[in-house]
Amino acid sequence: MDLNYTPEQIAFRREVRQWLATNVPARPLQSFDTAEGFEQHRQWEKTLAKGNWGMVTWPKEYGGRGCNLIEWLIFEEEYYRAQAPLRVNQNGIFLLGPTLMEYGTPEQKARFISKMASGEEMWAQGWSEPGAGSDLAAIRSKAIRDGDEYVINGQKVWSTRAVFADWVFCIFRTDPASEKHNGLSFIFVPLDAPGVTVRPIPQLNGLPGFAEIFFDDVRVPVFNRLGDEGQGWHIAMSTAGFERGLMLRSPARFQETAKRLVALYREHANDILDLSIEDAVVKAFMDAEAYALSIYQTASRLMNGGKIGAESSVNKIFWSELDQQMHETALNILATRAELLPHAPAAGDVGNWLDGFLFAQSGPIYAGTNEIQRNIIAERLLGMPRK
Amino acid sequence: MDFTFTEDQLLFCDNVKKFLHNEVTADSIRASWETATGRSDALWQKFVELGLTAMLVPEQFGGLGMNELDFILLAQTCGEVALPEPLVETALVATPLLAALAGHDSRCASLLEKIAAGERKVAVGHAVNHLVSDAHIADYLLLPSGNQIHLVPKEQVKLTAQPGVDPSRRLFSVDWKVSDETCITNGAEGVGLLAATLNRGALGVAAQLLGLAEAMVKQTVKYTTDRHQFGKPIGSNQALKHHMANCAVKTEFAKPVLYRAAYTVSRRPLHADFAVSHAKVSAGEAALLAAKNSIQSHGAMGYTWECDLHIWMKRAWALDKYWGHSGFHKNRLHQWLMNPNAKIGADKTFGEQVA
Repeated sequence: MDLNYTPEQIAFRREVRQWLATNVPARPLQSFDTAEGFEQHRQWEKTLAKGNWGMVTWPKEYGGRGCNLIEWLIFEEEYYRAQAPLRVNQNGIFLLGPTLMEYGTPEQKARFISKMASGEEMWAQGWSEPGAGSDLAAIRSKAIRDGDEYVINGQKVWSTRAVFADWVFCIFRTDPASEKHNGLSFIFVPLDAPGVTVRPIPQLNGLPGFAEIFFDDVRVPVFNRLGDEGQGWHIAMSTAGFERGLMLRSPARFQETAKRLVALYREHANDILDLSIEDAVVKAFMDAEAYALSIYQTASRLMNGGKIGAESSVNKIFWSELDQQMHETALNILATRAELLPHAPAAGDVGNWLDGFLFAQSGPIYAGTNEIQRNIIAERLLGMPRK
Repeated sequence: MDFTFTEDQLLFCDNVKKFLHNEVTADSIRASWETATGRSDALWQKFVELGLTAMLVPEQFGGLGMNELDFILLAQTCGEVALPEPLVETALVATPLLAALAGHDSRCASLLEKIAAGERKVAVGHAVNHLVSDAHIADYLLLPSGNQIHLVPKEQVKLTAQPGVDPSRRLFSVDWKVSDETCITNGAEGVGLLAATLNRGALGVAAQLLGLAEAMVKQTVKYTTDRHQFGKPIGSNQALKHHMANCAVKTEFAKPVLYRAAYTVSRRPLHADFAVSHAKVSAGEAALLAAKNSIQSHGAMGYTWECDLHIWMKRAWALDKYWGHSGFHKNRLHQWLMNPNAKIGADKTFGEQVA
């Protein structure tokens, strides 16, 4: 165990810090759930890609830097420290990217990864259906083979970013006689293909962060299938591991929120009547640190040849509840002004805590509800009986 | 940057773990309650043979010269088996304190060698604890008085037993007289050593609390798998699964915090307060939740003397308040964090390494 960064890691941190200081937009971008904000964020992805900072862990041939996980953590720490824009293509780069690296053919990697890395193509995720939420294996949308193509019919829902994205990665039933986890395949669909209809769904903040996607005899080439036919569930679960575990929610995000929460508390300390608030602030900070330490531990273990397992479920519960707790505490500090939107004349310094609070409500739901994660932990990590 | 234990550390812990699980069982602990001291000399001598009492004793004093990171996983295992013997206090708290003074104090040097060799035992008092555990089997007591620490032979103290909820714990109030002859440190050095001792005590307790938490969850998983109601194992009910999953989340996230604390005590002892208090608070919460959810999942059985769960549960309740209760440690965290000069942020998890 050595908790000091190497001179190379320190030099890397300096390089990241310097690049971000020069390139992060001075003014915050608009929400990427608006048409204009989405384009601003797409431009930012292109800027990142030009500097080869789009996805530092990817190999150089795909626009990355071949960084290891510790360097990735350092990059993320600097990224959040610099208050750089959120990653509009997170479904692509954090979820599909690693899955493509593992299961894609060389031709698929060449086609999809580089354009993902360059910021040219933005991705949405299409897994849930009206009848397949927590019970994801109940998927009914079909992709039926017809020569060199699949013909897709059905409906996806809760597709984040799908309103403005270019592509969606889906799981479809390719064997119509199959049930549950069998007979599913992992398939990419361009969102401008004939027969695709995208219907926006406004989220809690009123913006269309979700969409429903309808597929009506949509044709895509067999080339768009990742892995073998029928391997969809297996591949999806490895993507879900990335989603719940390491990549999607890097600890820096929560540490920087905790830091802002401490600052907010210090500023308002004299007006606070609720004695439990200081304790909640300290707890938020400690938990954000604990999450960071845990991820450093996992990253170190993976770099020493270990594998990620059911701990991604443990992680998902921890960061999502931490995010809720931090934002609840911030609103408790803001007290009577907590309900105001930032542009309300009396809002003062409310900042974006309310927006963060609304988003934090989704954390325990997406990427598999926390109830499902608790079942996974009990059964797979602790060995409790399924039935 | 590498936040893993070495192969050697893991292997060593694995071996000791097997040994401890063989030697220390619910039956052996119950049997110890019926003995006069509640402690086994025979078991202690086996610890000595394995070098466990000598792990943090410097080589020049007959020890193994290992560090806190080598010991921390073992301390967790001591909690896992609810070990009654004061191995953690001896190896992680007492011997490093004596070692800090052994260079210029022959009494400390000689005692250190004898502890390593299993010829003497020592108990440690601290202002934060009020009572001293295992004072009845100690040949010497390390006792605080203001900024001073005294090394007092057992003949010069009067002990009064203070029974508590955990039948394995042996706590005593100590009557003794301060004298120049027994003083081994004072002034700034005394303050520093008392502070370091507190951190070591809290670190050792935090490790045991995590071991206790994991052991309780394991017992509960087994019980809820074996126990059937409505024609199926009660553990197949989601309510009980979620009780245990919540324990696992608390415990899993307390572990890296504990290991950072062990690392910090070992490498940057003067900056260890925050890391240690964080570890103690997190481990205490994990153990208390495990106790609460375990007794609930055991139903009426969990409320009996017959069910082994209480051996672990009571230790958790007791140790959570030892070497600084949660109020003490939370207070330290508050003071550290609310200092306007506190260095916090995503890039400072391991302190400020880039200016």
